[in-house]
Amino acid sequence: MRKKIKISINGESVEVEKGTSILDAAKQTGVIIPTLCYHKDLCIAGNCRVCVVEIVGQKRLAPACATPCEDGMDVLTNSFKVRNSRKHIIELLLSEHNTECTSCYKNGGCELQLLASEYKIMNQDFINLVPFHNYTIDMFSPSIIKDDSKCIRCQRCVRTCAELQGVNALTMSYKGDHAKVTTFFEKAMNDVVCTNCGQCVNHCPTGALVEKNYIEEVWNAIADKTKHVVVQTAPAVRVGLGEELGFDPGTRVTGKMVAALKRLGFDAVMDTDFTADLTIMEEGTELLTRLKGALVDKNPTIKLPMATSCSPGWIKYIEHMYPNYLDHLSTCKSPQQMFGALVKTYYAKARNLDPDKIVSVSIMPCTAKKFEANRPEMHDSNFRDIDYVLTTRELAIMIKQAGIDFMKLKDMHFDRLMGESTGAGVIFGATGGVMEAALRTAYEIVTGREVPFDNLNITPVRGIEGVREASIKIENPLKAWSFLDGVELKCAVAHGLVNAKKVMDSIVSGKSHYHFIEFMACPGGCLGGGGQPIPTSPEIRAKRAEAIYAEDEGMPVRKSHLNPEVIKIYKDFLITPLGEKSHHLLHTKYTPRNRF
Amino acid sequence: MSTSYQLKRADFIFKNENDWEDVLRKSISRPPNELINELISSELKGRGGAGFPTGLKWKVTSEEVNDVKYVICNADEGEPGTFKDREILSRVPFKVLTAIAICGHVIGARTGFIYLRGEYFFLQNELNKAINEFEYYCKEIKFDFKIKIFMGSGAYICGEETALFESMEGKRGEPRNKPPYPSSFGYMGKPTVINNVETLAHTYTIFKYGSKRFYDLGVQYSRGSKLFSVSGDTPKPGIYELELGMSLADFVEEFGDDDTKAVQVGGASGFLVPRKRFAETNIGFQGKLVGISLPTGGSMMLFNSSRSMFNVLDNYLNFFAEESCGQCTPCRVGCQQLLKGIKAVKRGEKNAQYLDKMLKLAETMQFTAKCGLGQSVGNSFSSIVENFREEMIY
Repeated sequence: MRKKIKISINGESVEVEKGTSILDAAKQTGVIIPTLCYHKDLCIAGNCRVCVVEIVGQKRLAPACATPCEDGMDVLTNSFKVRNSRKHIIELLLSEHNTECTSCYKNGGCELQLLASEYKIMNQDFINLVPFHNYTIDMFSPSIIKDDSKCIRCQRCVRTCAELQGVNALTMSYKGDHAKVTTFFEKAMNDVVCTNCGQCVNHCPTGALVEKNYIEEVWNAIADKTKHVVVQTAPAVRVGLGEELGFDPGTRVTGKMVAALKRLGFDAVMDTDFTADLTIMEEGTELLTRLKGALVDKNPTIKLPMATSCSPGWIKYIEHMYPNYLDHLSTCKSPQQMFGALVKTYYAKARNLDPDKIVSVSIMPCTAKKFEANRPEMHDSNFRDIDYVLTTRELAIMIKQAGIDFMKLKDMHFDRLMGESTGAGVIFGATGGVMEAALRTAYEIVTGREVPFDNLNITPVRGIEGVREASIKIENPLKAWSFLDGVELKCAVAHGLVNAKKVMDSIVSGKSHYHFIEFMACPGGCLGGGGQPIPTSPEIRAKRAEAIYAEDEGMPVRKSHLNPEVIKIYKDFLITPLGEKSHHLLHTKYTPRNRF
Repeated sequence: MSTSYQLKRADFIFKNENDWEDVLRKSISRPPNELINELISSELKGRGGAGFPTGLKWKVTSEEVNDVKYVICNADEGEPGTFKDREILSRVPFKVLTAIAICGHVIGARTGFIYLRGEYFFLQNELNKAINEFEYYCKEIKFDFKIKIFMGSGAYICGEETALFESMEGKRGEPRNKPPYPSSFGYMGKPTVINNVETLAHTYTIFKYGSKRFYDLGVQYSRGSKLFSVSGDTPKPGIYELELGMSLADFVEEFGDDDTKAVQVGGASGFLVPRKRFAETNIGFQGKLVGISLPTGGSMMLFNSSRSMFNVLDNYLNFFAEESCGQCTPCRVGCQQLLKGIKAVKRGEKNAQYLDKMLKLAETMQFTAKCGLGQSVGNSFSSIVENFREEMIY
């Protein structure tokens, strides 16, 4: 326990641990200090200066976020001096900011706009600095739009890209009046190491970084009577969407979401969880095949550990950063793309539809999925497998536009054929979930018994640590898998690319002896994805994770191989995991990329 | 002009003394505490302009428990109108090297750096030769100490101590949040003493002659002598070592061209003093009871009546708008607003009252900017606008 000290905030005494910032101490006394560059996920920058407070006896004001409390400190958060200075700073930020708020995608969700409205900046008479800069909007990325005229140089995106993701696609360049957030040699966002993870979008306080939205395109498709519009929803969306529509973080809104999608006019509302279960069948089988190839046949071309391939941010990351290690990736497509390939083949055939007339939409917690859907290799149905990807936030916008009172909706069920899921599919949305789902199935295939964990909850792979390890010893396997007898299956889970880098570096150095590793680009996994509601913070991610695991526990079936629709698709269409159809529709290849 | 105080020349820094080996040997044979007390009783304050008591800085850093500590000589002399450090390094480099090593002995550092301004690359060769000779001697007397030169890249902001550390660490030169201070968390996160070139040169004098010799110069709160870089409308520009505490009137009497309308004390980040305030202004650190005391890193720019103060301010603000690191709002945007603001007033696009709004903004910048750069832009802005308001408008 650290030493306690006493400070006074606006005359009220508060006891805090030594090292607590003034900002946190103020929160304890119910005093809110406005912030902009501060974000719970990131290191303290102290550069926006919106949070300045007065420490009695000091001439200069101190940034509350960056100043630790000291014993006996007398802090004023709303003095004459503080109020004037803070107002000045907001005015300054507005003067360099493109304030065409009504035509901004972040209108209503912009932290600077909110501050301006709180402080009632009515007579902005500082000189508008925007025309003095040659701003252009970078629209080249299929996922992210970067508009420098709206940037307030808080560097949240820069810190996000460096600290959470270790990608450093965005950095500060130039100085003084020319200081700006930019990419390597100011190339377009689609031409640099950006993984499209969208964490910068999720952390940007203004409209400088936003997702490229496809809302109008989807509305148009729905309105087109000749089109059959199918929608799929990712596991993490159901635990995040509620936040945009009036619910507290951690509220599960699966049934309401389905109901809302049906009201929006989608012709079929199905579930990415179904293909998550399918992924487990394919990826689990692939893992076992690789284990056999490596351990029994000693085939040197078979690479272990096998890495998961569900997270498109992670895929682009490894393509850029470890292009010589692409053989370690599972060849399985992500659940989104499996779904896309099946909708225009399996589903079209079963429903007797012309695949050309199907518009396939997916709702994802992710901006990298927009890039993934855009990959040239994702046309295995002979059409573009996924036509439009919307983030959780974009879906919320559509629901609001449609005038749906979301909170009053009655729960509905997903449509059949590709709408059935298991608890294993649901937990794909949380870090460790793919690993847990895979183990539930693979262990049972090999041994004929359930995983030896209480209530199927493989708790060692759950949690928030950046890298987690677990191992399961295989004993008494079924005859076909006798070569695995006594093998200790070593697994690791990494989320946030900065942690992925740690694990990859250990593989490169030859120190890692894992068999199977789950990688997720975003902190917390998909539930903390770049397309999830803003704000996302460690607490909110924890609540969404709780919701995911609660959803899993509540499912009647919790193992992918028992999903009745999965059983049916193998019986009717795919025949067998890693079979010829699977190979054609559900698996893919990867492209080595340069770092610059 | 009648004055109570005459200009007193001093001659310590550039005095040719070929005894650095003696000074080094004798100093490092003394216990650190004794040297610290010597510095504290000399009342030497930082000569870079901020005026932090040097003895205290060394003392605090010496008390930090850490196997690795650093001494850094800040030779990123970038303040407009300052050119003394360049002369010190080229004329008496051994005094500085000796002082760095003594500081290393005091605080327990085995490595020293000279952060050399990018534009001073021409000093590098000579300085490296001096360092080689110096290290050779250190080896001879079995004193384990290394000095390296780190070349800056030309950013003004990197003279700010924490931005300087960032720059040395290979990062973008942006000031850090303080606390923690360099004494506990400096270069590479290690306890670091960072002193201006001239400050170190003065410690040489103090260790050689004892603190009293130094203390006896100057006035209360502003002890010792200081180098002044005199430039502008003066018949004798150059570098002069003078005792602190002189009145600006005496200074102008000595250096002016009989038409001095104002003096910029302390460079672009300092204050402009108009003629009517020469007599009541003293050059030294805050704390003097009578009159105004202005600290300075040594830059003294004289302007005569042919100069437009609008142009002077415009020049300063252009400099700051460009040299701000751009991370904190008040400095990055504030500088641009002040610069564009005075132009707008001059052109009649904004009325004269807009100057008052900008004066308030300049005050906010002083209160809220992250580092000394942004905090001191208001010094020149306010002192020029308040004293020469009509020149801003017409």
